[in-house]
Amino acid sequence: MTSATTTANRTAGSASLKHRLAERGIDTKLLLLVPAIVFALLLFVYPFAYGIGLTFQPLAATQEQWGGGFFANYVAFFRDAFIFDSVWLTLRLALPAALFNVLVSIPIAFKLRNKFRGKRMLQTLLVLPITLGTVLTAQGLLIFAGRQGWLNRFLMENGIIDQPLQLVNNYIGVMLSLIISGFPFAYLLISSYLSGIDPSLEAAAKTLGANWKQRFRRVTLPLLAPGLATTFILTFVLAFSVFPSARLVGDASGDTRVLALMAYRAFSEQLDYSMASTIAIMMGVVELIVIAFVFLGRSFLYKGSTGGKG
Amino acid sequence: MASSTNTFETLELKNVGRSFGGHNALVDLNLTVRAGEFIALLGPSGCGKSTALNCLAGLLPLTHGEILIDGKRVDILPSEKRDFGMVFQNYALFPHLSVEKNIAFGLQMRNLPKAEITRRVADGLALVKLQEQAKKLPGQLSGGQQQRVAIARAVVLEPRLVLMDEPLSNLDAKLRLEMRTEIRRLHQSLGLTTIYVTHDQEEALSLADRLVVLREGQVQQIGTPEELHNNPSNWHVADFMGYRNIVDLTVASVSGSLARVSGHGISIMATLAQTAAVGETVRVAIRPSDLVVLAPGESPQGRETIEATVNVVEYQGREFAVETTTTAGQNLFVHAYTALLPGSTVQLSVDPARALIYRSSLEKTGTRRELAGARS
Repeated sequence: MTSATTTANRTAGSASLKHRLAERGIDTKLLLLVPAIVFALLLFVYPFAYGIGLTFQPLAATQEQWGGGFFANYVAFFRDAFIFDSVWLTLRLALPAALFNVLVSIPIAFKLRNKFRGKRMLQTLLVLPITLGTVLTAQGLLIFAGRQGWLNRFLMENGIIDQPLQLVNNYIGVMLSLIISGFPFAYLLISSYLSGIDPSLEAAAKTLGANWKQRFRRVTLPLLAPGLATTFILTFVLAFSVFPSARLVGDASGDTRVLALMAYRAFSEQLDYSMASTIAIMMGVVELIVIAFVFLGRSFLYKGSTGGKG
Repeated sequence: MASSTNTFETLELKNVGRSFGGHNALVDLNLTVRAGEFIALLGPSGCGKSTALNCLAGLLPLTHGEILIDGKRVDILPSEKRDFGMVFQNYALFPHLSVEKNIAFGLQMRNLPKAEITRRVADGLALVKLQEQAKKLPGQLSGGQQQRVAIARAVVLEPRLVLMDEPLSNLDAKLRLEMRTEIRRLHQSLGLTTIYVTHDQEEALSLADRLVVLREGQVQQIGTPEELHNNPSNWHVADFMGYRNIVDLTVASVSGSLARVSGHGISIMATLAQTAAVGETVRVAIRPSDLVVLAPGESPQGRETIEATVNVVEYQGREFAVETTTTAGQNLFVHAYTALLPGSTVQLSVDPARALIYRSSLEKTGTRRELAGARS
């Protein structure tokens, strides 16, 4: 009898309810989260849900043209070649830009890991474009690489070319702008991932007889790969939602008719809020599909500690 | 495992030096290592011992001197071509590779046939008794096991030289003793020439065939454990070899190899380890275990005694480590076999042969013995 009571007491515990809740992380400090939750609800969850709701309220004209009732906007998105093609146009810009930014950042981050004279200066130069807005970048590109820009004038006056190079108001212009604004992000992220890898691992590989190619392929790359995947995703998302440069240095009705532009047009020119919302939602869906593929690949990689200062 | 196939006769370090932007981390290291020797580089942190090891491994270029193996220069070879194995303080295991693959790494870099790699990895695992852990990642192992993997990874290559950079300093005390024995056992069975860096004199004395004591990048003494333990060449080496009492005293008189030194409430006979003139201020080094606490009423057997007050008594199992203070305020560390009462007064005595007199400066001068040898 007594022993039974003791056991019962032990399972119930002698701690107060408040104490037991605190042990599971429920206490008054949770109130600190209130501003964040309110912020998220008001500025993200509600508008997002409202936007999704809008997509199911197509205009009568859309319903008439494409059918599909509530889903008329989605039917239009997939059937209307003018809209659907822009998925490919956007991917055609965002995927190569993200890939380029990641690949070019790797050797630069590698080189800048060592100490040398002028390193700080070079680093500042590389990261500086982050401080420029996309509009400023676009403006600079137009002045520098436009038909009457410095570059073309210089090349023509020196007789290197007869016709000005078409570097802006097309695919190349937007690509250049995406690289200028995306590279600093990729470089900063990759160099921080790289500094998280313990340098003694490479020293160890060296003493075990690995040359620099083997060291990179067998030691550094496998440890860096998850970081590269994350960096790729972030620069891809940045590039995918490109809007100002697609308009300013691109060919807004042709090659660089990106999804963000299409959504903007539906909203401001055709006053079709529901179609604009549909395009915005589909932008998110396409991004999520690409991210899902990258994460799928990443799940096969080693993701544990890399021994460095992280 | 068969002993190394690519052995050498001698490894020579000639005036090896390394400076970092004007600061000399290592100056004129001269050392000849015979095949199969176990050499320990010993010194406090910042003395240049790790620099020396990294220079040998090729991870740091030399700024002075050369390294020769059987007369051929190796300091111009890149690290990966030197065929040296290295064990790092933080293990430096590849975190994304299993224990097996870590050990196989170096063998794969040498493009050995698959069957041989499998055989030698199995041998390596057996050597450090980690067969059970073969498939685990390094992160799943304890510190001692990780260091064993690191050792196996270096020795399966049968390198002509094994370099160890404080391999035991990240382990707890018990594990450190076990691994010390393990390393000694490996060296005895494989006979690999080893250079071992440590700041722990006990580790160095127990493992090495010869010790190199460094201070501020300069070699202080090179010799066998016995030589260093019994005849340190200067007070710094003595300090490192467990002569915990280093007292500044004045030479009162000299008679042969003995001298009377006094000061700080101390006046004793001591042995001249380095020459000193009457009136000179010298450093006298005495091990705590050589300072004998006289039992009350015990006669000092013709030796002078030092009167001191007991401050702190630490129980250390077989004996007590005691801190005492002389009447003139000089702290002396003593080992006692009975519990002394803090605050009580004791009489200490020391065998003149076990109190060594050194010059205060560490400038290079011959030891008394060497001078005597030169004269005869």
